[in-house]
Amino acid sequence: MEVGQLQRSFIEYISSLFNEGFLDAQFSQLQQLQDESNPDFVVEVVSLFFEDSERLLNDLTMALDQPNVDFKQVDAHVHQLKGSSSSVGAQRVKNCCVPFRNVCEEQNTEGCLRCLQQIKQEYLLVKNKLQTLFELEQQIVAAGGAIPMMQ
Amino acid sequence: MDFYASSSTEEPHVLAVDDNLVDRKLVERLLKKSSCKVTTAENGLRALEYLGLGADQEHSINGNDSQVNMIITDYCMPGMTGYELLKKIKESSILKDVPVVIMSSENIPTRIDQCLEEGAQMFMLKPLKHSDVKRLRCQLMQCQG
Repeated sequence: MEVGQLQRSFIEYISSLFNEGFLDAQFSQLQQLQDESNPDFVVEVVSLFFEDSERLLNDLTMALDQPNVDFKQVDAHVHQLKGSSSSVGAQRVKNCCVPFRNVCEEQNTEGCLRCLQQIKQEYLLVKNKLQTLFELEQQIVAAGGAIPMMQ
Repeated sequence: MDFYASSSTEEPHVLAVDDNLVDRKLVERLLKKSSCKVTTAENGLRALEYLGLGADQEHSINGNDSQVNMIITDYCMPGMTGYELLKKIKESSILKDVPVVIMSSENIPTRIDQCLEEGAQMFMLKPLKHSDVKRLRCQLMQCQG
């Protein structure tokens, strides 16, 4: 595929991610922090986000699997997840954390399990989308083009 | 304490404290983009050790050897909160004049007041944006330059 087409696909794709609420303005902030001296900044931060989230989701699964759930611990994990998803602009993941903290406060295990399920789904979705986005970027660069800057 | 003033106007040295890996990376990049030299710490204890205020360190007049011009810390951290770290810094005769900025993802007025009353320079809401750090940098230059 030629560069122009790849770039157009990229713009369409990333626009849809913003329009569908997967990403918010904070993601644009990350893009603006990327430059010639830090050309891989976005990928680096997002990779940290993936690592951090997967660890937290595992910890949450284990914590909710205990006979006596430590809700303070669960809340602490959700707080972390909310923080990092917010910092990278993963809006839908961040939004799942709010109801999660509520059911935590109510010490409602069933509610927590439902929230966990939802957040896992949203996380996998955004992970998939971001990986697709990065692949598109790589294709553009490989074809000798520049990655279009949004707004 | 003027001995670090001359270097601070070019590249202030900021100590950034946050237990969240993603946030540490972000704040570091934001600060570097605003021409700051950055050291990160993952919790209050590590931060205090770096500043020479650790429990088993001797307080010497050569404290702040690392020449930190500003400390920016997250509020919610396990073990020692950003507020507790702020208090420890303000209690230190050597470091009490180093500006401390508190960051938090939660906009809680009582929390903000508490920090400002304890001497925090500023309270910033997360996630941090480039404009927030630019503003901070300007403030820092004004109080040091």
